[in-house]
Formats: sequence, C-alpha cells, structure tokens
Amino acid sequence: MSEMTPDAVRHLAGLARIALSDDEVARLAGELGAIVEAVEAVQSVATEDVPPTSHPVPLGNVLRDDVVGQTLTTEEALAGAPDHDGTRFRVTAILGEEQ
Amino acid sequence: MAKDQLMDLEKALELYEPVLGFEVHVELSTQTKMFSAAPNPAAMDEAAIEPNTCITPLCLGLPGSLPVVNRTAVEYSISLGLALGCDIAPVSRFARKNYFYPDLAKNYQISQYDEPIAFEGSVSVEMDDGTLVEVPIERAHMEEDAGKLTHVGGATGRIQGAEYSLVDYNRAGVPLVEIVTKPIEGMEGRAGELGRAYVSTIRDIVRNLGISHARMERGNLRCDANVSLRPRGESAYGTRTETKNVNSFRSIERAVLYEIRRQAAILADGGTITQETRHWHEDTGVTSPGRPKSDADDYRYFPEPDLLPVEASAEWVATLKAALPESPVLMRRRLRAEWGFSDVDFQAIVNAGLITEVKATIDAGVEAPAARKWWMGEISRIANDRDVEPSSLVSPDEIKALQSLVDQGTLTDKLAREVLLGMIDGEGTPEEIVAARGLEVVSDDGALMAAIDEALAADPDVLDKIREGKVQAAGAIIGAVMKAMKGQADAARVRELIIERAGAS
Amino acid sequence: MSDITALSASELAESLASGDLSSAEITQAYLDRMEATESIVGSFLARSETALDTAQHSDARWKKGEARSPLEGVPVAIKDVLCTTDMVTTAGSRILEGWIPPYDATVVRKLREAGLVPLGKTNMDEFAMGSSTEHSGYHVTKNPWDLSRAPGGSGGGSAAAVAARQAPVAIGSDTGGSIRQPAAFTGTVGVKPTYGGVSRYGVIALASSLDQVGPVSRTVRDSALIHDVIGGHDPHDSTSIPIPWASMTEAADAGARAADLAGLRVGVVKQLVTEGIQSGVKQRFDEALELMAAHGAEIIEVDAPHCEYAVAAYYLVLPAEASSNLAKFDSVRFGLRVTPEGNPTVEDVMAATRDQGFGDEVKRRIILGTYALSAGYYDAYYGSAQKVRTLIQRDFAQAFDKVDVLVSPSAPTTAFPLGAKLDDPLAMWAGDLTTIPVNLAGIPGMSLPMGLDPEDGLPVGLQLMAPTYEDARLYKAGATLERLFFERDGYLVSSRAPEVV
Ligand SMILES: [Mg+2]
Ligand SMILES: [Zn+2]
Repeated sequence: MSEMTPDAVRHLAGLARIALSDDEVARLAGELGAIVEAVEAVQSVATEDVPPTSHPVPLGNVLRDDVVGQTLTTEEALAGAPDHDGTRFRVTAILGEEQ
Repeated sequence: MAKDQLMDLEKALELYEPVLGFEVHVELSTQTKMFSAAPNPAAMDEAAIEPNTCITPLCLGLPGSLPVVNRTAVEYSISLGLALGCDIAPVSRFARKNYFYPDLAKNYQISQYDEPIAFEGSVSVEMDDGTLVEVPIERAHMEEDAGKLTHVGGATGRIQGAEYSLVDYNRAGVPLVEIVTKPIEGMEGRAGELGRAYVSTIRDIVRNLGISHARMERGNLRCDANVSLRPRGESAYGTRTETKNVNSFRSIERAVLYEIRRQAAILADGGTITQETRHWHEDTGVTSPGRPKSDADDYRYFPEPDLLPVEASAEWVATLKAALPESPVLMRRRLRAEWGFSDVDFQAIVNAGLITEVKATIDAGVEAPAARKWWMGEISRIANDRDVEPSSLVSPDEIKALQSLVDQGTLTDKLAREVLLGMIDGEGTPEEIVAARGLEVVSDDGALMAAIDEALAADPDVLDKIREGKVQAAGAIIGAVMKAMKGQADAARVRELIIERAGAS
Repeated sequence: MSDITALSASELAESLASGDLSSAEITQAYLDRMEATESIVGSFLARSETALDTAQHSDARWKKGEARSPLEGVPVAIKDVLCTTDMVTTAGSRILEGWIPPYDATVVRKLREAGLVPLGKTNMDEFAMGSSTEHSGYHVTKNPWDLSRAPGGSGGGSAAAVAARQAPVAIGSDTGGSIRQPAAFTGTVGVKPTYGGVSRYGVIALASSLDQVGPVSRTVRDSALIHDVIGGHDPHDSTSIPIPWASMTEAADAGARAADLAGLRVGVVKQLVTEGIQSGVKQRFDEALELMAAHGAEIIEVDAPHCEYAVAAYYLVLPAEASSNLAKFDSVRFGLRVTPEGNPTVEDVMAATRDQGFGDEVKRRIILGTYALSAGYYDAYYGSAQKVRTLIQRDFAQAFDKVDVLVSPSAPTTAFPLGAKLDDPLAMWAGDLTTIPVNLAGIPGMSLPMGLDPEDGLPVGLQLMAPTYEDARLYKAGATLERLFFERDGYLVSSRAPEVV
C-alpha cells in the first residue's frame, strides 16, 4: 500500500467508513500520493534513539475518585438522535458482527 | 446451515494435540464507569435499570466529551493482576482500538495495547480430581465495555434478518479487565474440563477480591475460548478459532470439546481450519462460523491522547499486595486439611458459596463441625425460605454467641434453632432471647428426677429392662420427660438420671 | 452609539463598573453592528437569542454590587467548536447541522459564570481543518480589511468578528495556528495558551494532543482578561495542568507600565524566518526587532533545526488523531443521517452519511490519518512524527536556555485572496509553518499586530513564544511591545480596520 493507488484509497475509506465515489477515489489517490511523499520527510530524523512524544506536557497519574457525578437524562440523550424508540437509539439492520 | 462433521474425541486426541487459550473479560463492580462518573450498571441490579439512564456525554461519545480514569478501577485491576501472579507495569498506557460498530459510541474502544497494566502471571487451577494445573497468563489489561444491541424483527433476536436494532449505552464504559492466557498445551482429554475449571477459578478470584459480581449469566464474566489442533509429532501450532458467547462454565467445557472434534474432522479430511470467530449455541450445543479474520481487523491502535499513562508506584502496588486475600484455590486446600471434613461435606460448602462464612465462624471460635452445621443447615434453610443470602441473616460473631450457650449446656440444639430464629428476626442477643422466651434448659436435677419418677410410674417395666441391659428402653421415658419439660431439658442428662435410678433401686 | 463597539473589553469593563454604560446598551450596540455588517463579513454561524436577557441580568448584578468578574456584562463571541447548550454547535460541519449539545464546554461555563454575554457562534473551517475558513460547511467569512481576502483559519470567524467590531473579544481554538494566523490576518491579538492551560472539555476535538482554546481580542490586555477567566485546572480534562496560574492581566499591566524591554533576551528562530516570507512581512519583522533592540532587548539568533520537519510531522499527527476523533460522527446518536437507496445496512448508512456530511478537506485528512495509523505503517508515519515532536521540544528547550522569548512572523504572508490556495492543500498547509512548531511542542504563543504591510496595507502579525507554563511572559512582553508599536505608529493596528459598511 506504499503506493497511493485507487485500491489503497478504497481500502482506507472502508476502514474510515466513508462511501467515496469513484471520482473522489481517483482525486484522492492523486492528492494523497503527493502529500504522503511530503510527510515522509519525518522518517529521515526519526531515529531509533529518539523517544516518541504523545503528550506535549507530561503529567503524573491523572485519576478520578470513584464517585457518581452528573448524568444525562434519557430525553437529553435522545434529543439529537436521528431515530429512536423513546428510550433507545434506532439503527437500520446491522450486517457485521461485534468485534 | 450444514451440520459439522465431528470426530470421536478419543480418535481426535490420538491424531492431534489440542492447544487452548482463553480471553476472559471481567466487569468490575466499581461505583462508576472506567472513564466517566456515570453509575456503573455492573455494580447494580441491571435488570431494574431503564435504557440510556446511566450515561454521561462520554458514554454517548458526544462531541467534546473526554475520559478521566477511575482510580478504584485501576486499583481493582492491579489487585487482580497481583492475584493472577502478574508483574505490574510501573508505567502502562491506554490506547485506542479503532473500529466502527453501533454499540461502540466513539467508534473506538479505549483499551491497552502494548503496555498493559499486568503481564506474565500464572494461576493455579484445581481440576475435578483435586490436582492443580498452572495456567500461564500473558497479560491482563484495562478497557471499557460497549453498549447493548437489541435486534428487532427477524428470528429470535438474532442479528441476521433483523429489521432494525436498538442501542442502549448503559453498559458503554463499564470497566473491564481482559485476562489473556498464553497457549495452554498438554491438557489432552481434560481440555474441556480445564476451560471450565479455569474460568470458575477466575470467578472465585474476582469474587474473593470483591472486585466483580462475576455473574456469568449476566455477562459480568465473559469467556472467549481459543482452540487449535497440532498434529502429533509437529511443533508448530495449528490455525485457531475463537469461540465467543460461551455464557456458562459447562458450555465452556462443551464448546472446547466441540471445537476439538470439529477441527479434527476437517483436518483428517485434508481440509484447513479457517481463522475465524465462532459462536456457541447453548441450545443446540454447536459452534457456528462468524466473521473471518480480515483486513478489516486493522484496529489502528495508537496511544490515547486524551489520557496520561498510569504510573503504578512500588509503594502503591505493595499496599494493594498487602491487602490481597489468600487465593481461593490455595485457601480451600488449606482449609480442607485444617477442618478435617469429608470431601463430600467440604465440596458442599464450596458449592453453597459459604466458605467465607464458615471460615469466619471458625475464626470466631466455633468448632468446625458446629460452624458447618449452622451454615449448611438452619441458616441456609431460612435463607432459602426467605430468598436472601445466608450471610445477610446473621454474623459469625452471633453464631459464636449462640453456640457458646449450647456448649455450656444452657441450650439444646433444638432450643438453639429457636433462638437463632429470634436473632434473625431482631429480637436481641441469644441471652436476651433465652431470657425473654424462657427457653433455658432445666438443669435442676430435682425437677428432672420428679418428672422421671412420674413417667416411670406410668411404665414401671422400664427399670427392669434397663437392668437386663436393654438400655434403649430408656428412650420412652426420655421422650415423656422431654415432653413434660416442654423440650427445655438436656436429653443426655435425663438419660443419665434414668440409668442412675435403675442402678440405685 | 457606534462608538461603543470601538471600545476595548477593558474599557467596557470600566464603563460598566462606573455605571457609564449598561451591558444592555453595550450588547445592543454589538447586535446593531452585527445586523449592519454580518451579511458582508459572515463571521457567525449562529446568534444568541438571549444575549439581551443575559445583559439585563448582568446589569441587575452590577446594580446590586454582585458583579461576578470585571468582565460581567461584556459580550463575547464563541468559536463554533465549543459546545453550548443554548446555541447550535456544528464545528462548521454539515454533519452536525442543527445539533444542540446537552452540556456546555468548561470554557463556556466559565465565561457564563464570569458574567460574559455570549453573542453567537463564529464560523470556522470544518472541524478546524483549514487556514482560511473557506472549508466551512456553511459559508465563507471575509476579511474585514479586504473583503476579497480570507480572514485566515480555522478561526476566521472569531478573528473577523473582533476585527469588524462585531464582538469585543472572542474565543478561538488553535491546533496548528488557528487562533494566531487569523489574528495576524485581521490585525487582532490571539493567544494559544500552554497545552493543558485551558480545558478542552466540551471542545469538539480535532487533534487531541495539539488542540488548545484561547482568546482573540483587539488588545493584549483584553486577551489577558479572557485568559484569566477561561484558564485553570479542569478535572474533566485529564490533560489539564493542575497548577495555579499567574494572573495574565497583572502580567499585561506590568508589561504596559514597563519603561522598556531592558534585560529581555529575544530569540529569533532562524528556521521560522524563511525565504518564502512576503517582503512587507519581513520588513515589519525586521523593524520590530530594531524597535525591541532600541528599547533594551537583547536580540539573539537561535537554531531550531527540526522545525524544518514540523509541517510534515503535524500533517501526520493531526490527521491520525482526527481520523479517530471524527469516527463518532456515524449517524447513530446525533447529527446527520443519510440513508441510501435500496435495503441499506447500518454500515451503508454510516458510510453514506460520512461521505455526504464531511467536506473534501475533512475526508482527505481522515484518509491520510487512517493510512498513517494502519498496520505496517504506524512506525514509519505516526510513530516517526511523534519522534519529531520530541526533537522539536528539545530544540525549543535549548533555545529557551539562552533566551526568554522567541519571535517570528506569525505567518509568512498577509491575508491571501479567497480561493488562492483552495485547490492546493500542500500550499495551504505550508503557510502554517510558523505556528505549527508551537503546538507540536505544547508551548504558549501569541500573535500581535506589528504594523501594516507597506505594499498591500494589510496587517502583519508578530509571533511571541515562551516556554511551557510561562504564558504570563507573553502578556508582559506583548503589552510592552504593543505600547512601543503604538508610540512608534501613533495608532493600534486594530483601530485602523475599515468600517466595512
Ligand atoms: Mg479480545
Ligand atoms: Zn477486550
């Protein structure tokens, strides 16, 4: 997949769950090819001995006491839902299985 | 669905060695969820909770919501790691596991990936015949549970053929520890039994730690069983399947044996095993194919940027280690030896889940047989009648107080049972109840003798029979005296007095 | 009373305290100004319907002597990336069209608790992905200085609103320059606090390890006032720093009072003053350095060699985190649902919704981020980018051993014409070169106007950078510089913004 082929883009779009049109796939394959080439520059300095930084400001243990706090009501939860049955969110039939 | 070909177990084991692995998910019973302050349904009576009520913005994955780690969940996880004999990582990290599914609100699960909190352990598992098997543990990591789907339309709530599904996010974010074993070899014909014994050992451990309700039927404890077969004489593992949805101890055993027989039939036929998830069907006792492993399993793990690493200092771990109770397996083996019960009697206590109570009662100073008798007898009976937990009725110290009165001869067993009922109903201490109900044993020999003489007068042959050696003839007189005394006499003392009378005249 | 909208937040606060102006008068003046200019500028996505009520409430508090902060009754505009319970919140995306959150962002709660009056939600590039606000899912915002030009982005709405006097102050968010670059393009002041200095709770996440909320204003002191309100520890955000912070307002006041910059060591980051810089920007930057030197500052050139890789690292870290953060937009619990023809499964519905609901730039970055995290590529891309962050942090740490603050132009150019870079993502991204290293390192940065480009007459921004935790240093130095520029030019750049109408 090092080449940004249309198939590679389609595969990524599947993982990202976006139904790209063929036109979009073709355009993105071109754009992303150039972009990936540009960002590959990071590899030239990212040597073994350099540790990664995932938090810019490292903090110690950040833990919460096990005490119940404010919750949402069911009405609040469902207020923005595209579809629901009054207490639960409704979705169309599911094809896949849980992971 | 075509029926699977199955090979005889014996034949299968002749040709192949089963290799097992288990992934057990334990729902922790903290007050709140793993990353949010929503109430934790796994610590509550889940059946009584309305859908989508135990939720915060995070449980719904609302834009802008953020996770904060529950300290108690971390402590429970460390304790569990220690109980599994694991090393605790000084620094462990949360990671995002990315995949889309409607029950996963954020469409990523916050889990741990290459830096789990606990790793490299071992658990002693007791088999049915009392032998111990060491199950090697690879890791135990912290993560969050997903919501619950209900499939509507189509057959029996199955996902296939459903018209639509409903999502309840109450369970989303419930703290989980996932315990992963290393491959377990050499179990041969006991492979299924080991699966059952292993998961029930995990259940005992987490209950003993008080960190999970561990009700398998409610999903507090869930097991995925990995099975592969290795042809005899080869060293490489075969392709494995992962059977999910095994919701009872017995079905773990059955599912493992089923997979051994199914895979053996395929391999012997020259076929290959598909690496896939399979589903166990409790009703029919078979597994069915689920999702094959594929490119879609690219979970794109990366360190969770919204959370800092968890640092388990040596002091913190030492404190939790010091508070760890003895392992249930080892404790059971020790107590069996100490208490001297028969295997049957001991196993009955284990099965009744009353080991802790019996132990505490013995620790309070009651002799082992008496402690067993109280808990397995009258207390269990009352608990059963009233549909409550035996431990909720009476404390080990109260049993001690009651039994002391029996030991002193103040109460007979029968009277003591009456007093127990009073204690359970809140009438006071055993002494108070004895006094209030006038239940004390009549220990005045004069009064007893008067009653004996009265009974003998009605049945004068008895003394002769006793003198002829037919001691059992005293029974009738004892019965009459006990009746006259309204049960408040010590039968043994009455018997002594009758024999005395026979000798004296 | 069009004069009211020309007053700074500090001046409004004084008038409110003295009783010369009421919050209702001030708020009405801003609503009138919005009414007159909004169809031209397009800064807002939503307007509050309760602003006047809130203002009257503030007036009652002032009357009773119960003002909750110096800013009680002062209006504020809020970037649409922050959750508000009383206004639609979309992050500039069609996928969230019409969504009203059931909770307020911590920053919004703090603004309300301090008595500020929210006026509306400002336009932005969709999910803050962009540098021109042209990637908004709704409409284009125009630069009040030149309506044919972009206000910068992603927070173009907040900057344009403040520059066009539609709001005295605004809230922005800055992932790679989204507060500072629009501030530079519109002649306003914008601050990205130290990462963890301001809560991210209720801020719709773009890149969690880079995002930071901050103020936009017309003066350094106004930003300080807002910073003091919105900053500080929030237990709802694990990355929020649990320390007490110095008063930014006091730092700004100390800076404004200071006679000069004596003793201040100012580092010029060689790598951030590149050849591609517009000549007028370069000229104003050199003049600023001369001004600083003339007033006692010591100017030192410093090296931050890994800034060369900052843009590349940024365009791996950001898309990777964003690809995961934006997965929640799936049509199940909130937002848009697109149901395709036939018998679609939920998977089809999700995929169609995300295709239709997201704009091109968002899809581009999600696919790129998915790639950067995918099996077999993680180490080469995301992993390597995280290492570059370490190297950039080290560069900054070494630089701050020698200097107190670092400076650079806030952006290599002045505001560019609308549409100029829309079809060339790499060109658009390259413009963020000066601001990105600050986010990667987590340090605080400020953009303040340092004059107008002599050629195009547009504002030019100066970027100040300080070490982590040292946000107050920016306000002190910034306030002194602001006064020195004023003394030199005879005006504040923000006061020169065109009338628009
Ligand atoms: Mg698993
Ligand atoms: Zn798991």
